Amino acid sequence: MNNKYMLELAQNKKEKNKEFTLKVDQKRTIRRIKLNKVLQFIFSLSLGFALLVLIVLLYRVFKDSIGWLNLNFLTGRLSIFPHKAGIYSVIIGSVYLTLIVIPITLILGVSTAIYLEEYAAKGRLKSIINTNISNLASVPSVIFGLLGLTVFSRMLNLGSSILAGGLTLSLLVLPIVVVASQEAIKAVPNNLREASLAIGATKWTTIKNIVLPVSLPGILTGSILAISRAIGETAPLVALGVPTLILTTPSSIFDDFTALPIQIYYWTLDTVLTPEYANLAAATIVVLLTVLIVMNSAAIIIRNKFEKKL
Amino acid sequence: MMSNIAYDISNLSLWYGKDQALKDINMQIEKNQVTAIIGPSGCGKSTLIKTLNRMTENIPIVKIEGDIMYNNESIFAKSVRVEELRTKVGMVFQKPNPFPKSIFENVVYGLRIHGIKKKDVLMDVAMNSLKKAALWDEVKDRLYDNAYGLSGGQQQRLCIARALAVQPETLLMDEPTSALDPIATYKIEELIDELKKDYNIVIVTHSMQQAARISDKTAFLYMGELIELDDTEKIFTNPSDKKTEDYVTGRFG
Repeated sequence: MNNKYMLELAQNKKEKNKEFTLKVDQKRTIRRIKLNKVLQFIFSLSLGFALLVLIVLLYRVFKDSIGWLNLNFLTGRLSIFPHKAGIYSVIIGSVYLTLIVIPITLILGVSTAIYLEEYAAKGRLKSIINTNISNLASVPSVIFGLLGLTVFSRMLNLGSSILAGGLTLSLLVLPIVVVASQEAIKAVPNNLREASLAIGATKWTTIKNIVLPVSLPGILTGSILAISRAIGETAPLVALGVPTLILTTPSSIFDDFTALPIQIYYWTLDTVLTPEYANLAAATIVVLLTVLIVMNSAAIIIRNKFEKKL
Repeated sequence: MMSNIAYDISNLSLWYGKDQALKDINMQIEKNQVTAIIGPSGCGKSTLIKTLNRMTENIPIVKIEGDIMYNNESIFAKSVRVEELRTKVGMVFQKPNPFPKSIFENVVYGLRIHGIKKKDVLMDVAMNSLKKAALWDEVKDRLYDNAYGLSGGQQQRLCIARALAVQPETLLMDEPTSALDPIATYKIEELIDELKKDYNIVIVTHSMQQAARISDKTAFLYMGELIELDDTEKIFTNPSDKKTEDYVTGRFG
């Protein structure tokens, strides 16, 4: 029975119903209150389960890394001998990657979002593009790795260099940056744009002076989260064929490299051969987690700082 | 006589997609007067005022026919840049919409986009505009505070100051007091009375008392048509059209 029919029925009824009075059923109310409490408990259990898993994971990692995570480990060179191994070149590799990913994703991602939200005409084409960008954001990272292998490593002959890795990771997180920036730009109240246009500003002056400053916290938060995902990605780099053991520290973006997540991956693989590699992997995980926590905290601080300003 | 006319609107029709919002409107708006546009909700009064500075063009589905001459030049002519038109014709909106910037930066926004950087010039203009908008005394000690800390009425006067800072000839006001309390409304009305010496003012209002209090001419719009445009006194005491009479006496609307 649809709503329109119900409405007609109510209006055309010949004899009127007695006026409806709400009788509160106390038992039912008590049941509802109990249900609420039960559900609250179940929800808190879910949170507890997630936390428990996380704590077990962290506990194992930290326990294994004790005694291995020290200054020598942070500043030393990679080595096949676990007691000599250090991850200096690995950290440098990850830093290089970040330095490539940040400018590329910010410039391309924010520009794309500006075009789609501020300039592009609304219509079917735009919604098709939007849907595709959202889809790209959920494409498995190994597929981006294969794309990078085809385009950057083979066609552009970049091999498994830092540049190839950085470009591949940029592609991987670009859709996330675009979507986050689009949402941030969409959230700028339209009456601010109107106010600016009505004074005689062009679209670009309005974007530069009003839209971007107001949406900046959202754009930065989304971008930092996306970039920290890039730092933690392994699969695309494996697909690119990033080598197992690099004994030199990379000095330019055309050098071969290794990065934190991929070193964790290889050490874990080789635990069968050398059990101490598990400890090295654990120590590297702690380093990676620290970097990610710092970046995510930065995202939160930036957001809070700008939100207070507005 | 022609020089006395700010806007000359001829055969103006406007559609939102398939819905016609304005039907063949012909009217003239005189200089240095307050022209009020009244009419029931949905009659097209906001659409009409937003067409005067081509703000309706921001909506992609809008289609416009007819012409609007401003100072004897069509505002739709190819040679007219909409940015220049909107500098000459300022606008104040229904809801106060200051930028999330300081009071000072709000007022000088228009100057900044025109590339004026000299601090003393900006300060002079900010002071004069805020004085003209009758806000200076209330904000002179906190020019660099965020504009969002002002009350609604103050924010609206700030928006007026912001519009005045680029030295427009005409001020379009789209129900500028509908979101304000009576005291703030009174202040804005007083201000409009003061401003009409120097500016052409067009104001959309849903309050007939307001139109009667502050305007020299009143246009009555109904269902997208201009029913009557005349001296405000005549509209409210002796209108020529039956519909106008019914509306101003409160029989409908």
